Amino acid sequence: MILLRLFYEFFLTGLFAIGGGLATVPFIERISERTGWFTRQTLVDMIAVSEATPGPIGINMATYVGYVTAGIPGAVVASIAEVLPSVIIVLIMARFLKAFAAHPTVQAVFYGIRPASVGMIAAAGFGVLKIALLNLPGYDASRAVADLFQWKSLILAGALFVVLNMKKLRIHPALAIAGSALIGIVFRF
Amino acid sequence: MNTHLDLFLTFCKIGGLTFGGGYSMLPMLQREVVESREWTTEAEIMDYYAISQCLPGLIAVNVAVFAGSKVKGPAGGICAALGVVFPSMVVITAIAAFLTNFAELPAVQSAFAGIRVCVLVLICQAINKLRKSSVVDWKTAALCAAVFLLSILTGVSPIVYVVAAALAGVLIQWRAARGRLDS
Repeated sequence: MILLRLFYEFFLTGLFAIGGGLATVPFIERISERTGWFTRQTLVDMIAVSEATPGPIGINMATYVGYVTAGIPGAVVASIAEVLPSVIIVLIMARFLKAFAAHPTVQAVFYGIRPASVGMIAAAGFGVLKIALLNLPGYDASRAVADLFQWKSLILAGALFVVLNMKKLRIHPALAIAGSALIGIVFRF
Repeated sequence: MNTHLDLFLTFCKIGGLTFGGGYSMLPMLQREVVESREWTTEAEIMDYYAISQCLPGLIAVNVAVFAGSKVKGPAGGICAALGVVFPSMVVITAIAAFLTNFAELPAVQSAFAGIRVCVLVLICQAINKLRKSSVVDWKTAALCAAVFLLSILTGVSPIVYVVAAALAGVLIQWRAARGRLDS
């Protein structure tokens, strides 16, 4: 029965959480309060692990909650249940898009939302920039400009920028990620 | 290779190499789905992101389903969705079972500090490519800049921006069409 309940809770989460992985956190908090399957502290750990492992954060959290609650079957049921509503909705939207893609009004809508989408992705990138390159707590403590940047990260960013822009190399993003992880470990970022 | 299997495996690869939210999947999508396999265009990926922001569910999964269904209909969408989800299931189950203090390990924290820098540079490159197909005149440039600034300065839901941008797009094109009729 716990699997059915798990399915129900995560189906609801997938249906009502709009705006990506971290938007599911309030829903998962609610599951914790109502069912007592896991504590708030476990939830904090789950978010940390989900951000520090490959895969979209939302799926990672669903799998984690499912596993903690009901083992491997729980992990599978929770992830599938969370994904199911959006799969259905997107398939309907995709059919609609295909039918009306050439309509001038639909074209006009895309003309407007494409640049907005770039703006939102750039804002997400700016959020990563603050965590990856800056050291805001250190700067607040000392007020010294030298403490504002994480210098090792800044150097790595510069190097990656040069190497990844060499058209001839065509380095795969996966290789760049693996290399950066290794550099992070070796130079103790 | 069977296209359904190819969709599943490609999105497995993309899901397994996404660190962070759905936006960090973008560089991998461009390389695998747009450049290597030519399943969609840059502009289509942009549309998928914009619509996915407004739909329920995870952005990464929504974008995968859009791309998969463009290639092979509903079955293709489902293959892509399963592909994005699969690596998470394996990795998280393994960590939950054996490494409960995974996120606190110093080596893991160092590795992720490095990965974050890489994700940042990759996103900058991805945005630069997308800019060409979406920011086509001064009006779209203004829209893009406005949404960027409002997103970092306020906590308004992305849905508001997408709906407002859609209305702005219709209005701009409608005025342009009327201008053509008048002259």
